[in-house]
Amino acid sequence: MLILEIIRVAFGALLANKGRAFLTMLGIIIGVGAVIAMMAIGAGAQKAVQDRIASMGVNQLRVFADRTTIRGVTRYRSLTTDDAQALRNEMTLATAVVPDMGGQYQVKYGNKNNSVRITGTTPEYFSLRSYQLAAGRFFTNGDMSASQRVAVLGSVAAENLGIGPQDVGSTVRIGGMIFDVIGIMESKGSQGGWDNPDENIFIPITTAQYRLMGNDRINGVTVQVVAQEWMLAAQGEMERILRRERQLRPEQQNDFRFFNQQELATTFAESTKIFGLLLASIAAVSLIVGGIGIMNIMLVSVTERTREIGIRKALGARRSIILLQFLLESITLCVLGGAIGMGLGYWVAKMMASSGGWEVIVTPQSLLLAVGFSVGVGLFFGIYPASRAAKLDPIEALRYE
Amino acid sequence: MLIEMRGIEKVYKLGSERVNALRGIDLDVSEGEYVALTGPSGSGKSTLMHLIGCLDSPTAGRYLLAGSDVSSMSDAALARVRNRQIGFVFQTFNLLPRATALHNVEIPLIYGGFGTRERRRRATAALERVGLADRMKHQPNQMSGGQRQRVAVARALVTDPSILLADEPTGNLDTATGNSILELFAQLHASGQTIVLVTHEADVAAHARRHIVLRDGKIESDDANKKESAG
Ligand SMILES: Nc1ncnc2c1ncn2[C@@H]1O[C@H](COP(=O)(O)OP(=O)(O)OP(=O)(O)O)[C@@H](O)[C@H]1O
Ligand SMILES: [Mg+2]
Repeated sequence: MLILEIIRVAFGALLANKGRAFLTMLGIIIGVGAVIAMMAIGAGAQKAVQDRIASMGVNQLRVFADRTTIRGVTRYRSLTTDDAQALRNEMTLATAVVPDMGGQYQVKYGNKNNSVRITGTTPEYFSLRSYQLAAGRFFTNGDMSASQRVAVLGSVAAENLGIGPQDVGSTVRIGGMIFDVIGIMESKGSQGGWDNPDENIFIPITTAQYRLMGNDRINGVTVQVVAQEWMLAAQGEMERILRRERQLRPEQQNDFRFFNQQELATTFAESTKIFGLLLASIAAVSLIVGGIGIMNIMLVSVTERTREIGIRKALGARRSIILLQFLLESITLCVLGGAIGMGLGYWVAKMMASSGGWEVIVTPQSLLLAVGFSVGVGLFFGIYPASRAAKLDPIEALRYE
Repeated sequence: MLIEMRGIEKVYKLGSERVNALRGIDLDVSEGEYVALTGPSGSGKSTLMHLIGCLDSPTAGRYLLAGSDVSSMSDAALARVRNRQIGFVFQTFNLLPRATALHNVEIPLIYGGFGTRERRRRATAALERVGLADRMKHQPNQMSGGQRQRVAVARALVTDPSILLADEPTGNLDTATGNSILELFAQLHASGQTIVLVTHEADVAAHARRHIVLRDGKIESDDANKKESAG
């Protein structure tokens, strides 16, 4: 009964000053809105990165050449097909050793003449990255040992050249050399900016080495390890083989670098932490500013209603009732602001998502967090004005003009 | 004895200045009395009323209300006393401006913990008693001064308080309207209500059975004994 009256009075007071209440809530609205929007975007980004990590299998390891500096001289030496061959021959913990090499070449088909990235690799490459065919076939070990001039086209590369599924079997000119189009891949989507398989044309690595590119420099080697537990051991094995193959003296640093999913996950966890910190500071600042605004307006409200407080006390209201009265008012302000902020944040996130091609995920936790924060801010910044109201002396409050 | 005051003093401190508003008040009021408190402006009438009504506490002295010592009470206990025992009518009405007459009268019942239905019933009865059955849904600014004061009286009476305290209840009203309020008081007194009333005007005081005159924070005269010997 009493609580109903308290709620009634709190809402009555807010409704009597709608404009003021709204302006007061603005800080909380923006604060909570920012939190929701950023959390939604953050969760979306997290998912995108996780998808990318997942696209490189859990038990895959990639090695590529790295710069080394010896007495102030920076040196860069590519990995070679021989390095890859050594790995393939000697590794005990690998189920697949897949080198790849690449270059940008002019590709002609009909009247089309495009510059396309050509990747030379082995047949395992396709299964390693779980690429799918839309038409035709992938090249085989036979194609590779015979250095056949066969090409598998990424969906975008094919489209740009005007090549459709029905054109499998026709020929294209790559760097002036005639290749048979044996397959077209299904669209895969960007695997993270620099590496979009859809825009590539794939050929056997031997063809690339001996016929097209005329060198043995490879981009890197992807290794499939027997099991996840053996990742570290496999990395050690590779290091030993490569150091010997590349004739590094004991005092020399590795001139190659490993890249694995765990490393990516660690980098990601670090950036997530920074993002979270940023988010938390924005939330903290805006909620504190919003909270101070609420405290300010509640103090005004207490002063304005001093006489009313006096009347209520004269009629038998206890301190706790007056306290609750004003606390409820400030909490209502915050929660209402928080609710509007949630809506706003969700909307902003949606807008950014639709314009950025980004997925947006609003988690129940973020909503709960927003509500919790709103109530917390209402309580924290409402308690001082409310206790001032509660402590008012009845007769002094009644005398207040 | 309903009110028992011994050696009550009230000192207001204004910076370094001290105002002795009440200087040793001894006062007994028994149930069913109708007391008029008069005296020149600044003699301490309002101060005394606030003390009786537990809206303020004395600087020194003892005050027993219905046998219990008010000075040792907690805030919650004092709130209960204000709610159950005291009905206060102010010169300036002190109604809540945004609430209807009915709601204004219901407020003490809300704090008294009454249920909705009982509250409605009692508030309606109190408003009917002061002749405002047709103004229940009106807000204070839609009513005349006399009507507002009736709402205030209804509010003071709705909890069946032991004492009705009225500080110049007719001070802001014209004579005719004031008289109707006083008539209401007379009826209440006739039905056994204890009333203490502060007034400037002799004809208002004449309504009461007992007259106390304050001067400079002291009781100058009290005709309680005279009445007893006459009656
Ligand atoms: N809050 C206060 N602070 C300081 N002095 C006060 C306060 N309230 C009253 N006084 C002083 O106490 C004395 C008694 O005041 P009180 O209001 O009780 O007089 P009163 O008899 O009710 O006068 P009136 O007939 O004009 O209403 C006066 O001298 C007044 O100035
Ligand atoms: Mg006075």
